[in-house]
Amino acid sequence: MAEKITFWQRLIKGLTKTRDNFIKSMDYVFNGFTNIDDDFYEELEEVLIMGDIGVRTTENIIDDLKDAVKKEHIKEPQECKDFLINEIKQQMALDETSYDFENKTSVVLVIGVNGVGKTTTIGKLAGKLKANGKKVMVAGADTFRAAASDQLKEWAERAGVDFVGGPEGSDPAAVVYDAVHAAKARGVDVLLVDTAGRLHNKKNLMNELSKIGNTISKEFPEAYRETLIVLDGTTGQNALVQAKEFSEVTDISGIVLTKLDGTAKGGIAIAIQSELKLPVKYIGVGESIDDLEKFNPEEFVNALFYSE
Amino acid sequence: MAFDSLSEKLQGVFKNLRSKGRLSEADVKAALKEVKMALLEADVNFKVVKQFTNAVTERAIGSDVMNGLNPGQMVIKIVNEELVSLMGSEVTDITFGTGGAITTIMMVGLQGAGKTTTTAKLAGKVKQKGKKPLLVACDIYRPAAIEQLQVNGKKQDVEVFSLGDKEKPVKIAKEAMDYAKKNGFDVVIFDTAGRLHIDEDMMNELESIKSNIDILNTILVVDAMTGQDAVNVSSTFDEKIGIDGVIITKLDGDTRGGAALSIKAVTGKPILYAGMGEKLSDLEQFHPDRMASRILGMGDVLSLIEKAEAEIDKDAALKLSKKVKKASFDFNDYLLSMEQMKKLGGLSSILGMMPGMNSSQMAQLEGAVDDKKLSHIEAIILSMTPAERENPKLLNPSRKHRIAAGAGLDIAEVNRFVKQFEQSKKMMKRMPNMMGKGKGGFPFPF
Repeated sequence: MAEKITFWQRLIKGLTKTRDNFIKSMDYVFNGFTNIDDDFYEELEEVLIMGDIGVRTTENIIDDLKDAVKKEHIKEPQECKDFLINEIKQQMALDETSYDFENKTSVVLVIGVNGVGKTTTIGKLAGKLKANGKKVMVAGADTFRAAASDQLKEWAERAGVDFVGGPEGSDPAAVVYDAVHAAKARGVDVLLVDTAGRLHNKKNLMNELSKIGNTISKEFPEAYRETLIVLDGTTGQNALVQAKEFSEVTDISGIVLTKLDGTAKGGIAIAIQSELKLPVKYIGVGESIDDLEKFNPEEFVNALFYSE
Repeated sequence: MAFDSLSEKLQGVFKNLRSKGRLSEADVKAALKEVKMALLEADVNFKVVKQFTNAVTERAIGSDVMNGLNPGQMVIKIVNEELVSLMGSEVTDITFGTGGAITTIMMVGLQGAGKTTTTAKLAGKVKQKGKKPLLVACDIYRPAAIEQLQVNGKKQDVEVFSLGDKEKPVKIAKEAMDYAKKNGFDVVIFDTAGRLHIDEDMMNELESIKSNIDILNTILVVDAMTGQDAVNVSSTFDEKIGIDGVIITKLDGDTRGGAALSIKAVTGKPILYAGMGEKLSDLEQFHPDRMASRILGMGDVLSLIEKAEAEIDKDAALKLSKKVKKASFDFNDYLLSMEQMKKLGGLSSILGMMPGMNSSQMAQLEGAVDDKKLSHIEAIILSMTPAERENPKLLNPSRKHRIAAGAGLDIAEVNRFVKQFEQSKKMMKRMPNMMGKGKGGFPFPF
């Protein structure tokens, strides 16, 4: 538990400036208003949108709040705050099966657009699983970006896990084929596959992704499959579009939300959860190998709403 | 998708606003509500949106609706003008050193914004301008960052200076400058590590590079997809280090890139280039005015407004509409209205600029009223005598034969056109109010 506390402390510290602004405006809304009126709702809307929660999700949240205010005869703005916190927490809650892949023989495909921190996330995830006594292998199927393979290899070395890659420009599906067979031969528990950062509106790159998926299904049908989409916590509404488009070519099972150590609020996670029903499973708050943690909705929402 | 419906929504709002001469407060508010949503969905910062819509409201209420536009389009026109003035209308480039001084460029930004890739692309651009650039690898933290720069530099055939990842960036930068002087490089571009704007130590590192080397251009690289936080990031970098310009990356995605507007509004610094793809050649000069319409998501309806504004001779349009009303419309007028159409880039170009036109509709319409047919019509009218043009009734079979020969067309085509002309004249007689309502509307010749 000790480690966990430091992690969340780090998150809180990372979010301090964010929290200051966000909470200040939250407090202003909840304490500054004595009545629940249109102005109150308008201010609240502003605060939520500033948190990247998005126009539509914000509207939904406020509609729900309005209903509750009517039904439950809520009179105080402060009560609205409690209602909001609970509603978002419930929405972000995870299934018990969310982390099953960690304890099975599994292949984890890590996808996402350029620059969101896919390779770094894999490095951290590999380190975590290894620390839990798993035999881990990473595959560098990003054969497009210059030196992407080198970057992953270095992470693999830091984490002390096996690495399989291919030369720049080679067929990513072929790298995956090699990796799957190597993983089977060496009795690997978890195979983590890094893919090229592709902008989701590039059709052929997306097709390449489904080809990788097919290779895994064909060569390693018995493996448990997990597909994590990595999203940059600083991204705005386009993250929704990214998640949506990726989910059209592959079954996404969870989200890794990175770069929450800046001042961005990561509110986009709430929008995605609400509109696409995809759970956030991990969040990243820094560069070092233990800066990736399982998502804790309780803590996340608290970190956003409460002052210390 | 979230953004597709904007034009439709606006058109829905505007349908109810048609045929009013002046923008009322209600018109403006209704239209601006949608504009506000559009800007927020494009990730423009909430505060910027608020300021902006207030400014537009003030300007728009009470202004006259321009000829040929409906009130909704008029609001969009004003919104767009304000957006463009906010974005700035000039294309800006990096500042080059004068009098043989080395042009120094330092690239800064968050992790994953696309700095290293952009740095190499920029070197390629500079090289095209006949300069001799040197790339300097100052990112000693991210695994393989140096290799990435070396690989990309090689693709651009630009030399990369590196001292590995054991030396401090300031030292690397200093030695790179000495190396550049000795070896005749005239542009030096420093690739620095991605960093968070709230990371004091890392920000200090940039400051110390800047205080040791005369940096002419500090360029902030920003991901076009950045959300509401773009404002914090850019203002902090600007306050702490001072930026001279911005490069927006990943604009080839379908993001509307509202971050660009936020950054410009908050820092006032120009956006120099836009990254449009993963390939090294995909770095383009940034056109602020084009970005304005992308953020607004109104497609090219704006170009139509602008074109209509610039090209249509208002007096001619007024004269024409009077004639239409009196049904004294003749072939000369027909020709005139056709010329005006041409200035707008031909019929299919006008139709293509209308929002809500999809490609299949376009294909159908092109069959019906293609530009080629219009050029035939032009040839027919130009083959008439001045008397015939003024008085369509003069046309008898022998005259028509002469006209057909003159235009190089079949007599049937001349007959068809004359018949069509008479029909549309009759139609105009019946509904004179359809055309522009006395405000000099723009009659289309079909």
